[in-house]
Amino acid sequence: MLDDALVHVENLRFDYGGKPVLQGINMRIPRGKVVAIMGGSGCGKTTLLRCIGGQLRPTGGKIVVDGQTVSTMNQSGIYAMRRRMGMLFQFGALFTDMSVFENVAFPLREHTDLPESLIRDLVLMKLQAVGLRGARDLMPNSLSGGMARRVALARAVALDPSLIMYDEPFTGLDPISLGVIGQLIRRLNDALGATSIMVTHDVQESLLIVDYIFFISEGKVVAEGTPDEIRHSSDPFVHQFVHAEADGPVPFHIKATPIMDDLFGGRHA
Amino acid sequence: MSRTTLDLWVGFFVAIGIAALLFLALKVGSFSGVQMEQTYQLQAKFDNIGGLKVKGPVKSAGVVVGRVTDIRFDPDTYEAVVVLAIDSRFTFPKDTFASIYTSGLLGDQYVGLEPGGDERKLAAGDTVFKTQSAVVLEKLVSQFLFNKAAEGQDQK
Amino acid sequence: MLNPVNLLRQLGSRMVEGIWRLGYATRFFGAVLLNSGAALRRYPLTLREIYFSGVLSLIIIMVSGLFVGLVLGLQGYEILQRYGSAEQLGTMVALSLLRELGPVVAALLFASRAGSAITAEIGLMKATEQLKAMDMMAVDPVARVVVPRFWGGVIAMPILATLFSAMGIFGGWLIGVVAIGVDDGSFWSQMQASVEFGHDVWNGLVKSFVFGAAVALIAVFEGYDSEPTAEGVSRAITRTVVTSALAILALDFVLTSFMFRGTS
Repeated sequence: MLDDALVHVENLRFDYGGKPVLQGINMRIPRGKVVAIMGGSGCGKTTLLRCIGGQLRPTGGKIVVDGQTVSTMNQSGIYAMRRRMGMLFQFGALFTDMSVFENVAFPLREHTDLPESLIRDLVLMKLQAVGLRGARDLMPNSLSGGMARRVALARAVALDPSLIMYDEPFTGLDPISLGVIGQLIRRLNDALGATSIMVTHDVQESLLIVDYIFFISEGKVVAEGTPDEIRHSSDPFVHQFVHAEADGPVPFHIKATPIMDDLFGGRHA
Repeated sequence: MSRTTLDLWVGFFVAIGIAALLFLALKVGSFSGVQMEQTYQLQAKFDNIGGLKVKGPVKSAGVVVGRVTDIRFDPDTYEAVVVLAIDSRFTFPKDTFASIYTSGLLGDQYVGLEPGGDERKLAAGDTVFKTQSAVVLEKLVSQFLFNKAAEGQDQK
Repeated sequence: MLNPVNLLRQLGSRMVEGIWRLGYATRFFGAVLLNSGAALRRYPLTLREIYFSGVLSLIIIMVSGLFVGLVLGLQGYEILQRYGSAEQLGTMVALSLLRELGPVVAALLFASRAGSAITAEIGLMKATEQLKAMDMMAVDPVARVVVPRFWGGVIAMPILATLFSAMGIFGGWLIGVVAIGVDDGSFWSQMQASVEFGHDVWNGLVKSFVFGAAVALIAVFEGYDSEPTAEGVSRAITRTVVTSALAILALDFVLTSFMFRGTS
């Protein structure tokens, strides 16, 4: 079934400086769903997102978004595709020299010739959706982390994208802001009829809002399933991750010689 | 910052820039090089040009009327051939006298033109025949000393 | 540590690294020029950068110009009066400023005032992923962020250098004529007699244009190429100021030898 999935990733490989980061990723992301990609830090999940957005060119394999192959597109093709994508960066990446209003208006001004009055209405609607219409005249440096992320979310959906990507949307937020962002991700996805991909390592929040989860470790998909399946998974890696256990398939200790050798090795000699 | 205030500042910036340039153009510099777009060429041969240089001024009655555009050595006559570009607004008689002078005691050297009384005028490409070479200071000094010495001998 | 093989190897890798950066900078310059047409059509962006690098540098440029002129007036008078040619003071002040000090000192000030600000701004935008975000919104950061800053600098620099020279001549006049008492008429007339617009003023303008392009290019490149960390940005700012200063002085030598060789 090709037509019900918006994004296909087939046998994706990516090397960084000769070191393999992604080694054969396969996934289908169905239309209209919110999908989480999880894994420990440095497992290559952000790299995967960058490849889907066309910011990194994969070493091998294929990525198809909405019937078009991203991995072979030229720059103008990628730019045409990105107009239908929105992306939320880890810390929002708001333009610090523009007000909240101008930040949200930026994609509209760049890509449309809409009259100023219409741009104003659209921006205010987007800001209303994230609850920050009253903050339109503030500058980004006077916003809290959670507010900045909400403004960035409004900016990401300004052009009503069909695919929204989130790079670590929960990092560094207090529990209330975290819940707010989680709910917004779900609500905006359903209201816009979009598809969302979320890269995160926040298991508990993600299990509440997503439809499907992929676990990545060492550049490969090691487990996948709906939140219910994941919660009851007997897979030791998933179990360790979901229950935040210190030791398990992901070892606590980095590979080393036995500690006795290290401590007393010198005296034996 | 709204765009109108910004425009005002940039406008102010460009305006004082232009004002400064006008100041440099009108008060500080002169346009002598720019005015002479229409010129014609004359040649003059000198025994010795002293320190005359290309781009040096050509003056008549103290007014700049042209520039030196080329200096060559004539291997047949052992003379210096100086090419002068003269502003085409001015014409000079055939018997004009060309001399090399020094502005001030140690200043730059220039070509001075002293018009004669001939009815016929110099045309482009003509050669000025009546010339006087540069005064070389060393020659002058040695001549002066020689004369003094000669005077001293006469008085004896 | 002082192993000669190692030393040689380090030297080699430094050189390869340098040539690598030079090539990248050249390609970057090409991209800036290629994107200039589209970006200049959106002139309000460039206008904004003229404001930031030009208008905001006005005070420092004009005050420095005035002081340099005052110093030139004092020193020039001191030297010229030994030869009894104090009335040439105007000529000396004007020629030194128009040919050398105006373009060079204004460009050095411009590099440390506006160039470092441009590098800091672009470097911080890179460090906070703003450039990547822009790229993901299908807006080319080179066209949107880099090109307006480059042309803003290129346009502002000759204006600033002109103002610097004008202020300097004014300063020389203040010291020479008002304070010391050189004759006002001969101050200006001697100046006019030996300063030629097409030669001296124009060549000074050409110089400042070249310096402006060099500083602006170095500033945007260092910002764009900076490591996306606080440390990386501060290193990039230092590099902008140092590289700009070297580039200005080296270019000045090259330009001077072309412009003023063998003629008075």
